[in-house]
Amino acid sequence: MSAVIDDHGHADHDHAHGPAKGLMRWVLTTNHKDIGTMYLWFSFCAFLLGGSFAMVIRAELFQPGLQIVEPAFFNQMTTMHGLVMVFGAVMPAFVGLANWMIPLMIGAPDMALPRMNNFSFWLLPAAFLLLVSTLFMPGGGPNFGWTFYAPLSTTYAPESVTFFIFAIHLMGISSIMGAINVIATILNLRAPGMTLMKMPLFVWTWLITAFLLIAVMPVLAGVVTMMLMDIHFGTSFFSAAGGGDPVLFQHVFWFFGHPEVYIMILPAFGAVSSIIPAFSRKPLFGYTSMVYATGAIAFLSFIVWAHHMFVVGIPVVGELFFMYATMLIAVPTGVKVFNWVSTMWEGSLTFETPMLFAIAFVILFTIGGFSGLMLAIAPADFQYHDTYFVVAHFHYVLVPGAIFGIFASAYYWLPKWTGHMYDETLGKLHFWLSFIGMNLAFFPMHFVGLAGMPRRVPDYNLQFADFNMVSSIGAFTFGATQIFFLFIVIKCIRGGKPAPAKPWDGAEGLEWSVPSPAPYHTFQTPPEVK
Amino acid sequence: MNEGISIKRLVLRLLVLTVVMFAFGFALVPIYDVMCRAFGINGKTGGQYEGTQVSDPTRSVRVQFMSTNASDMVWDFYSTADQIDVNPGAVNQMIFVARNPTDKPMTAQAIPSITPSEAAAYFHKTECFCFSQQVLQPGERIEMPVRFIVDRDLPKDVKHLTLAYTLFDITARQPPVAHVATPPAQSAR
Repeated sequence: MSAVIDDHGHADHDHAHGPAKGLMRWVLTTNHKDIGTMYLWFSFCAFLLGGSFAMVIRAELFQPGLQIVEPAFFNQMTTMHGLVMVFGAVMPAFVGLANWMIPLMIGAPDMALPRMNNFSFWLLPAAFLLLVSTLFMPGGGPNFGWTFYAPLSTTYAPESVTFFIFAIHLMGISSIMGAINVIATILNLRAPGMTLMKMPLFVWTWLITAFLLIAVMPVLAGVVTMMLMDIHFGTSFFSAAGGGDPVLFQHVFWFFGHPEVYIMILPAFGAVSSIIPAFSRKPLFGYTSMVYATGAIAFLSFIVWAHHMFVVGIPVVGELFFMYATMLIAVPTGVKVFNWVSTMWEGSLTFETPMLFAIAFVILFTIGGFSGLMLAIAPADFQYHDTYFVVAHFHYVLVPGAIFGIFASAYYWLPKWTGHMYDETLGKLHFWLSFIGMNLAFFPMHFVGLAGMPRRVPDYNLQFADFNMVSSIGAFTFGATQIFFLFIVIKCIRGGKPAPAKPWDGAEGLEWSVPSPAPYHTFQTPPEVK
Repeated sequence: MNEGISIKRLVLRLLVLTVVMFAFGFALVPIYDVMCRAFGINGKTGGQYEGTQVSDPTRSVRVQFMSTNASDMVWDFYSTADQIDVNPGAVNQMIFVARNPTDKPMTAQAIPSITPSEAAAYFHKTECFCFSQQVLQPGERIEMPVRFIVDRDLPKDVKHLTLAYTLFDITARQPPVAHVATPPAQSAR
């Protein structure tokens, strides 16, 4: 594989003048910018698809009673919404950003393993075609929740579950290859002088995320393989009748699942750590502590998984351990939040769209963090478990956390990608509509959750009617706003004010030393980092 | 650009890590079993108990019995008494009854569970129908004994235990054969 790197001198002769023409450019490309672009578009399509599933959910919950869809289909919608958003929208978006930005940030000519890069992208459309096709199969698609607890996903699963399992396998292979590529790029292709502790935080958080991916995606592959064997080969990993234990499924799943939630948030931490200093016109406060805090969060993510399953009957000692370990995560996360706030302190702040999304990220993610602390309290969790309070919590960390992080990154780097400035007025409008829609959708869920409304149920008690209607209106606003985002991006690609190499006067980093739009090949000769 | 270790070797190491973590996922299965047994998590009871203990007449523990059918299981299944008071260390017996009301031979497997789960490690079964499968011919009725010892070291605050059995229909997994003795237990339950 090192041969690919050695060949670079020769390969450049072939396409030094730019990309190949036509469709085959995208099918065969090994260029990190092309692949990054494809990842981002794929992620956006999945975002709209998963979002449309959410619209079905919110339409059904607009009023109490059953109006629009059958409960069985509602279950498929909640499941597919979760799966598509986690594996199709958020994760590929960050891989796309990594592809585009990591080589530019560390002064590398491309990713370390360009052919594998192409393969890991093209596995994704295959995986998602497989997953989405299950909706049209007899018996319907996955209906057991995105956490696919056994025996719902084994004994009581629809026939299509096997396709779901293979889709997860393909996504897992894709993610692992992507992670290996990121690690190899960061560890081997940094420009001279770019020491580890000089790397931008986005690169650092991605390095740690990549290790998390390699550590837990194989465990996910393992757990779906066990399901496959239980369903088709007569084993009893999760079947009590044969000596297995359904609770084991939850342990193995959450051993993957908890690091997974940090996989979805750490790269956003990194991006925001570039954006806030740029618009505060101050260097990031506490760079070193940011790196160590990221490492600490990653480590802690492996020893807290059972806080998702406080109610399965864990011994009190276990509940206490997982409760305290979970609360401990608030410490490194708090370090990060205070560092971002300190970076803004006495800075010369301006509020362009990326900065608006970044500030909203800090505030709203912290709200999600606080509801997480409430959920971490084991005795209180018995009340909150499987209610809308949990739904409110993880949407507060994922929507204004991961998704706003991605929006902030997109606006921040769009000038570098397209060579044009996006329309600032429209960008701000997109921010405010998203901000209002998102809070309207998810904030009332805290209240109905605390009052006992269970999640994943298509009907509810009349007392929850008003809050649910507000949630649905907020969700429709947020959903429609994202079509508007598509318009803003297309407008920016097709034209607009030409972007200088460094459109943000406070921005730091090697990516701003190349012209906008970034040429097809950059850093053929590594830059010197002082 | 290169920090001593080649990309090839790095990728190889990362692939090895991937394989190790895949194996680790499967290793969690026996690890979970060992942890459950060691800490009495999930109320899993041990296999057949070979030891004997001296009865402690000064202490009495109430043992309740529950029998539940898993979904799709149609057998009649119950214990002959709801509860008994036992002395730790003494050998006790309870008879469970099962009847196959269908017109087909069927195989069943009972899975025990102890509540509170901390007490599971102190509940020893010297004989249990859950150690093997039950094959019942159409209309056949069987009386199945459980002999057990509540350990003398049972924590003092536990005054009350529940032994719950769930009966699963495993006919599809283990087709019933002619009316012979059930096969010996393959593994401890």
